Amino acid sequence: MNQILRHARYVLGENPVTAASFGMFALFIIAAILGPTIAPYDPLASNTAQALAGPSPAHWFGTDQLGRDIFSRIIAATRLDMGIALSSVALAFGVGTIAGLAAGYRGGWLDRVVGRIVDTIMAFPLFVLAMGIVAALGNNIENIIYATAIINLPIYARLARAEANVRREAGFVEAARLCGNSETRIVLTQLFPNVMPLMMVQISLTLGYAILNAAGLSFIGLGVRPPTPEWGIMVAEGASNIISGEWWVALFPGLVLMAAVFCFNLMGDGLRDIVDPRRRT
Amino acid sequence: MNDAGTIVELRRGVRIDRGRTPLLAVDQLSLEFRTRSGIVRALENISFDLKRGETMALVGESGSGKSVTAYAIMGINDEAARVTGGSIVFGGLDLLSADRKTLDEIRGRELAIIFQNPRVALNPIRPIGQQIADVLLRHGNVTAREAPDRAIEMLAKVRIPDPKRRAAAYPFELSGGMCQRVMIALALACEPALLIADEPTTGLDITTQAVIMDLVAELAASQHMATLLITHDLGLASEYCDRIAVMHAGHIVEIARTADLFANPRHPYTAKLIAATPGGVDRLDALTSITGNLPDLRRNNLPPCRYSERCERRAADCAEPPLPRRALSDGHVLFCQHPLPEAP
Amino acid sequence: MSDAEPLLDVAGLRKLYPVGARDWRGAAASRLHAVDGVSLTIGRGETVGLVGESGCGKSTLVRLLTRLIDPSDGTIRFDGADVGTVPARRFGRVPQRAQIQMVFQDATDSLNPRFTAGRSIADPLMRLRGLSGAALRARIEEAARLTGLPPELLTRFPHQLSGGQKARVGIARAIAVEPKLLILDEPTSALDVSVQVVILQLLEDLKRRLNLSYLFVSHDLNVVRLLCDRILVMYLGRIVESGRAAEIFRAPAHPYTKALLSAVPTPGVSSRERRIALPGEPRSPVDPDPTICALYGRCPKGTERCRSEAPALREIAPGRYAACHFPYEGAVSSEPRLAVAGSR
Repeated sequence: MNQILRHARYVLGENPVTAASFGMFALFIIAAILGPTIAPYDPLASNTAQALAGPSPAHWFGTDQLGRDIFSRIIAATRLDMGIALSSVALAFGVGTIAGLAAGYRGGWLDRVVGRIVDTIMAFPLFVLAMGIVAALGNNIENIIYATAIINLPIYARLARAEANVRREAGFVEAARLCGNSETRIVLTQLFPNVMPLMMVQISLTLGYAILNAAGLSFIGLGVRPPTPEWGIMVAEGASNIISGEWWVALFPGLVLMAAVFCFNLMGDGLRDIVDPRRRT
Repeated sequence: MNDAGTIVELRRGVRIDRGRTPLLAVDQLSLEFRTRSGIVRALENISFDLKRGETMALVGESGSGKSVTAYAIMGINDEAARVTGGSIVFGGLDLLSADRKTLDEIRGRELAIIFQNPRVALNPIRPIGQQIADVLLRHGNVTAREAPDRAIEMLAKVRIPDPKRRAAAYPFELSGGMCQRVMIALALACEPALLIADEPTTGLDITTQAVIMDLVAELAASQHMATLLITHDLGLASEYCDRIAVMHAGHIVEIARTADLFANPRHPYTAKLIAATPGGVDRLDALTSITGNLPDLRRNNLPPCRYSERCERRAADCAEPPLPRRALSDGHVLFCQHPLPEAP
Repeated sequence: MSDAEPLLDVAGLRKLYPVGARDWRGAAASRLHAVDGVSLTIGRGETVGLVGESGCGKSTLVRLLTRLIDPSDGTIRFDGADVGTVPARRFGRVPQRAQIQMVFQDATDSLNPRFTAGRSIADPLMRLRGLSGAALRARIEEAARLTGLPPELLTRFPHQLSGGQKARVGIARAIAVEPKLLILDEPTSALDVSVQVVILQLLEDLKRRLNLSYLFVSHDLNVVRLLCDRILVMYLGRIVESGRAAEIFRAPAHPYTKALLSAVPTPGVSSRERRIALPGEPRSPVDPDPTICALYGRCPKGTERCRSEAPALREIAPGRYAACHFPYEGAVSSEPRLAVAGSR
């Protein structure tokens, strides 16, 4: 473990951009954990007298049409958005990678079945599929997570399957059999760690997609419902106000969304460097 | 090929004098690689000659710089490589100062190379007959109509059975030995003056190795072609080469005629290398290993003799520059302060 | 050779792979005879060499003996027990799993790039001996010590180790569970000559100390000559010659063995005059005709008898076996000649 931490420090030291993105991620996590407690105002408290006030020292990001402080709502929304993103990616990664590794390693009918399922998912325009799943199963946060997980699953399955296919013939797999490892154990303990560096970059990209997906679903009215603060809903609510000149209602949540996706993408490379032992000198 | 005179005129005014003695003269060649972890002094003061029709081996372990030397002659080293001194003169042409277009003219035509791992070196999506025809067409030896037939002739020359049918085959359809023959055909299609063979038989079976090397030797003899064999296998070098140059950590330590090298090795490293080769001894405990490790070539305090830190005969003056070059009898050259005594 | 039961006793081993078009039931029209009736024994404390070229079935035989794949036919008895009938996927749970281990050819490929050296060595100890904690660490360190691996290297990853160090890790992993039979698949072919010496001498030392038997697979006949007590020569899925190493090298009986030995380069000695080049390529291993000798068509001898009656592996002299109707004289008459000569 020490080695990993030391190596992490080295990687972050070498690359300031990566370090900055990790810092931003840390900020997001802190905001998610502390949430409403550090927000200056109650995110749900409306104050119509202050409705649609522009950015000011009192309200850094202004207020929305119900007079709620946008800055506070953004912070409160962090918990929800990060939660959705992280859990759906965890699900997609976990299920997709294991299925892909098993399919690539064993071949045969397992490979064919997993392949067909993945092909079916990928045959749909992914956002439309997410919409369909949420609409069919019900309009709540759990289903957003499931829908996002399902549409992101194929990429993990495919990556894992390709790796397993190649590594299946490697000497260390045969050596593992000689050491008495069962096939399941080989997939989990020998192949899985080898696939991780590749997955790291993919995870960061998927985190970005997941957040955008959740925001997108909320934007069109599926998923999160008002008055729950969520970046996507906030952009939707503020969209109509842009025409009347109150640009801050949609802009700030949009900027934060952008920052989050940006940060995840930059983190990807850094994560891969930390996880891949070949990068260690 | 011009038998009357020895000067070959290529396009763009490039001229190679095949009859020049020596055909290839490498003089004090020094080369370094710029890497993230420092400057690697890969070659230092490499000097050797090769005459027309002669075969010579560059022998050394991994990290000795033998492949780097070969690639420097061909001009195909990595971007990070930089020549810091010396010259390479081939047929009267200075290769290091030649521009890219000049090199393109002579490579494949007067100067050819075959690599290790032949299947990887061939274009996987082009039939082998066409690949040979490509070389012939590039160097203007034949017309487009003649090219396919000449390609089949080359395949027959390297003894590929049923050459007419095989010309349409792809590399993946051929065995390793056959692919190597195709590569030899590619290299020899324009009858070059010098062939560089970089570990051409590593990875091939023993019998295939023998057949391939016999083929190269035979073609070289019939075309009066000079051969530079890069290898780590002393047995192979002794079998096929007139002279052997032993390399260690970017230096040449000894050059001698093959028989002399084995009968009378004067450099301590050469003697140790011979004593570590299984083919030369009768019992396992007669093999001796070479103590120590290769020096780190990124150091800037490398001693003048890069073997001295591992050498059992090291004395105080081994750390003092310059490293003496001793010319013994009959082309036997040695770079050592305290050579082994002459064998009785 | 002791009279005690051999450690490994293989009889009539066959491995057939279906190839070509399948009928509606999935059965294939043809079968590839990768291993075609191999019988051999390995005694306790013996080093047996297995030589043969690519396509001869060496790797398949090795996989059968290490029980990574199942035989199509034949028996494998190890230390008195039948290990051929347990299917490969269940063999990991059988006590003999720990007693038959393997050292791989390419140490880089055979070590998990994500595991430290220590973790790689720990793998068989955890799975087959159920060790953990302090006992595990102690045994890892002992295996490292036996193979000359400095303990500080145990925390390194394969890409941080040199070729020789990786080879040692592979050997340490194989001997950690105290096997009785170690199969070594070209363990030094990827190593420099000087490192090879050290590893070979290490293997010899370990064999004596740990009372191991070796099956040493190699294409480098010089190494085989130094290390092995007996040799098996394999061609087209069959053993064509077997006997004591020194005798086979001195006077090979089978024409294939003779051709193979004639191709081995020896430093300082040219072998080109005595080279026997077998024309053509080995016959296809798919559905081989059981009445024709495997080498017929390439063999310098070759009579009607060779075409109508495939020779079985028979004893042509005490301890010498050859699958040939006309083995070379020097081998057959080895015993009587000693008696007749009388003087030395």
